[in-house]
Amino acid sequence: MVNVIINGRDVAVEENTSILEAAQKLNINVPTLCHYPDLHINSECRICVVEIEGYRGLKTSCSTPVREGMNIKTNSPKVLNARKTITELILSNHDAKCTSCVRNMSCELQSLANNLGIDENRFENVLHKVEIDDHNPSLVRNANRCIKCGRCVDICKSVQSMHVLDSMGRGHDMEIRPAFGKYLSDEFCTFCGQCANVCPVGAIVEKDNTDVVWQKLHDPNVHVMVQIAPAVRVSIGEEIGLSTGLISNGKLVSAMKHLGFNNVYDTNFTADLTILEEGTELISRIKNGGVLPLMTSCCPGWINLAEQEYPEVLPNISSCKSPQQMFGTLAKTYFANKTGRDPKDIYVVSVMPCTAKKYEAARDEMSADGKHPDVDIVLTTRELGKMFRQMGIDFDHIQDVEFDNPFGITTGAAALFGATGGVTEAALRTVYEVVNNEPLDNLDFHDVRGLEGIKEADVNLGGTMVKVAVSHSLSNARTLIEEVIAGKSPYAFIEIMACPGGCIGGGGQPYGTTNDVRLERIASTYTIDGAMVYRKSHENPAIKALYKEYLKEPNSKRAHQLLHTEYFSRN
Amino acid sequence: MIQRKELTQRFGIIDPLSITDYLKNQGYQMLHQVLEMKPEDIIEEITLSKITGRGGANFPTGKKMKGFASETGQKYVICNADEGEPGNFKDRYLMENDPHQVIEGMLISAYATGATKGFIYIRGEYQKSIRIMKHTIEEAKKLNFLGTDIFGTDFCFDIEIRRGAGAYVCGEEFALIESIEGKPGRTRVKPPYPSEVGVFGRPTLINNVETFCNLPFILKIGGAEYNKIGSSFATGTKLISLSGSVKNKGLYEVPFGTTIRKVIEKLGNGVKDNKTLKMVQLGGACGVIIPPRLLDMDIDNEAFEIFDTKMGAGAIIVIDDSKDLFDIILRNMEFFQHESCGKCTPCREGHIQIVNLIKKFVNYEATIKDYQSLESLAKVIHETTLCGLGQASPTSILSTMEYFKADYTNRIKESYERGNISG
Amino acid sequence: MQLKKILDNYPKRKDYLLEILLDLDQEKENHFISEEEIQRIGSYLSVKDAHICSVMSFYTLLSTEPRGKYIIQICKDVPCYLNDDFNVLETVKDFLGVDLGETTKDGLFTIEFTACIACCDESPAMRINGETYTNLTKGKVITIIEGIQEVEQ
Repeated sequence: MVNVIINGRDVAVEENTSILEAAQKLNINVPTLCHYPDLHINSECRICVVEIEGYRGLKTSCSTPVREGMNIKTNSPKVLNARKTITELILSNHDAKCTSCVRNMSCELQSLANNLGIDENRFENVLHKVEIDDHNPSLVRNANRCIKCGRCVDICKSVQSMHVLDSMGRGHDMEIRPAFGKYLSDEFCTFCGQCANVCPVGAIVEKDNTDVVWQKLHDPNVHVMVQIAPAVRVSIGEEIGLSTGLISNGKLVSAMKHLGFNNVYDTNFTADLTILEEGTELISRIKNGGVLPLMTSCCPGWINLAEQEYPEVLPNISSCKSPQQMFGTLAKTYFANKTGRDPKDIYVVSVMPCTAKKYEAARDEMSADGKHPDVDIVLTTRELGKMFRQMGIDFDHIQDVEFDNPFGITTGAAALFGATGGVTEAALRTVYEVVNNEPLDNLDFHDVRGLEGIKEADVNLGGTMVKVAVSHSLSNARTLIEEVIAGKSPYAFIEIMACPGGCIGGGGQPYGTTNDVRLERIASTYTIDGAMVYRKSHENPAIKALYKEYLKEPNSKRAHQLLHTEYFSRN
Repeated sequence: MIQRKELTQRFGIIDPLSITDYLKNQGYQMLHQVLEMKPEDIIEEITLSKITGRGGANFPTGKKMKGFASETGQKYVICNADEGEPGNFKDRYLMENDPHQVIEGMLISAYATGATKGFIYIRGEYQKSIRIMKHTIEEAKKLNFLGTDIFGTDFCFDIEIRRGAGAYVCGEEFALIESIEGKPGRTRVKPPYPSEVGVFGRPTLINNVETFCNLPFILKIGGAEYNKIGSSFATGTKLISLSGSVKNKGLYEVPFGTTIRKVIEKLGNGVKDNKTLKMVQLGGACGVIIPPRLLDMDIDNEAFEIFDTKMGAGAIIVIDDSKDLFDIILRNMEFFQHESCGKCTPCREGHIQIVNLIKKFVNYEATIKDYQSLESLAKVIHETTLCGLGQASPTSILSTMEYFKADYTNRIKESYERGNISG
Repeated sequence: MQLKKILDNYPKRKDYLLEILLDLDQEKENHFISEEEIQRIGSYLSVKDAHICSVMSFYTLLSTEPRGKYIIQICKDVPCYLNDDFNVLETVKDFLGVDLGETTKDGLFTIEFTACIACCDESPAMRINGETYTNLTKGKVITIIEGIQEVEQ
């Protein structure tokens, strides 16, 4: 243990603890800006400087480890002046139109400036305005707001191994942007949105679709329905200021009804459907010597990566559409038929934890009639929170309401889709019982749960031990993909999710998504699963009815026509 | 004799492209001697000499080597030849006039510390130095001064040249390491230090060209004897790059303890064109600017440490009174604005504001408030930046605010008098 | 084909990026590295375009825009300034009729600033494609440029 004095108070901490962490132990809050849990410590912004007796200059508390006997001041006049000056400098090169910025009141720079009491900037604004990149359906990059903290570069490069963004130029002219001054859409960006999730300001945000949704909600000629992804119900609470990992089912449905949606449906329903389709595909590939390993197809960030960089593995990817898109297709075909509506009068909104889903919904082939998109528009969890705020919804005090039927009856297996390993666990519950023709004793596959980057499990299918693997974050995905390409993959089934933690850690989730937060959302996901009446997708009575009434059987001709898709090399 | 030519003794006498010339003039003798010594004894001699790094940071070389020697596994020695500080040209002279001396110093370091691979990082602008050092390495390889089993011992050492591509900040050790790894030269967070985790993630010893060149000399006369050369502040000789408004600009080697006045008046033969000396900048663009009354100070006087910087790498820039103080500072600050890597906020965003404020002084548009902002900003940059660039860049401002305060107050007064400021 | 020859000289290691870029810049008459070349270097070294662009834009000796066959780099740091009674930059600009950062119409010259080139003892100084010219006078500057123009005609 190392003993140090911070602001006159003694504290003993482990060796190699940073001054920042040591201060936190004393509940002394040292402001930070570039620092983000789980990312590298680059100590670029210099906001967290402190004074250490006997040390030259000020030191950044995030990067300086404690040493025995250090006498540290986190709030001396010199420190406060330095922080204030640095913040003024950041603001002098920032498009600080706070009240007309999407991050107003959720901006880390704004609250820093506020906390430091900045009411005047001594330095003239030297911002050189550049073009805003809004040339894709998912993300908007407004470099005029960028404060060069480096978080987006770090997550894009280190965690996602995409390296679409980097620092270009140097000194005051340095900008964070893609190569050759191009748009995100010109580069191999997967639109995973992790950059947007960690951005402290409004420099990278999802493309805002709330206005168009409001318009549709108030158009009497349009039947507006919404589907809500599994991961949203464990994060929307945070977005509106409630506790982390709060499970919101009934209140969420109720709030959606308040917004004016005609039907509030559950993407979990089509998650169950996905398990039936994908599980059947897996069994048939194993039986008939098809291409293995079968790789999951729910995650559009991963599909983008495969199409752009690894066309070799396209045959491995399940032909199943993602649950979002299966829902969209059913809405515009089955539902339209059943309710006697013209598909063009049905408007399908989805609420997703994801920015890449916006891109997925806009893909040309994701249209049952070839004219209208199956899913018309995608909102992120954050955008939904915004709509709730716009509407003034008192989330705490609204009544619980059930999802509408038929797309509201779901299973615990479907709920798992939100967490890394969840699709695999859900698939195994079904595939095991179908192949072995016996009930599964223990439904919980602990090997595929948790935040380990790559997870493995063995499962007995008809007397053969079959290996499955799960990865989350694209850097981990590459490891598994490259094994497949090299012909060295020992697995029959691989689940890939682009975002760390899976969809609960998606790019469209509330700000402040750290590993600690991910773990809480994951825990809630398993709580939901445990409390469900049905916990296996093939036991979902509504799914059974859908097959009986409309699709016949998994992988039937009609199922293929409606629920499956194909992938294209964009390399 | 004001000069004492030790590192420069062979300048002009030998053909730098000839290893034979070097060998004829005591070259590589110390390497032979060293190969029969125990590595720890070599480090002991160097420690005893009390030599400090000649790149400007003045860290004790022996101490650095000792720490590095205790590391295990693949280790690297890097010669920092990214001399870019305006006003300095000594490393270029060392490489272009006696290149084998650099190699010999690196060999001694490597043998003493157990490193097997070396890099010389030369700034891309020094094309002649690069050509000469490449040739020198080839020569040394042919005669087994470099390579495997050097002179029948099991000592192996190889050197590769890496070129910079136009970035002053790469003189900073971690920026240099990043650059060798093929990246932009943006420094890393310390700790860990390069001697622990350096290039390619391995322990790395980085020294300035002049520091390496001192090692054969130290071993030749012994650490104790070397220690006697110099002043109470620093030992050995120092290469001085003398430039500016002086009659005999050039490179001079003097023992520490020599006064600045002696260098300017005796070696430089005084201010040129019969002008009057106004001030002297020590070290380069990042150095202190002092008034004539301080010229009797030693070149490495601790008195200058109030600005956390001494004489840097040994430049003395003489400035006559026909030049405007603020023109000089503006050039210095524009240099740093241009060379800032952009990684940390105070350096990236601070220098452009400093330049804007200094321009107000140049243009007779400065207010008292501008002075206050300038002083506050200069101090914050000095105290909070990530690497040495920003820690040193405001020195010319902070030192002139100390020694030439009247220039600032007069300029503010005149700004009002000329009617350039409303209110 | 210049690029292939250069790549053949280096192992496929990321740390050689800067060496490769410098070699290519020297080989190319208009001293710039194109998008296509960057992509080829990227696939050779297995590094992303964004990384190479980041490197290219960091170092002043490299350019992604075509430049003149001769790059005239003028030092503006204090030691040169103290001896530059006639203003090297203005002399070059006037003589060539282009501004700083611009290239002459014949594609022969680009004017740039350089950081100190360590010729402070022979200042003022400038650099043209790696050659250093020192103790400049107005006449000397013009003679040097005219000399190059003659060679190129």
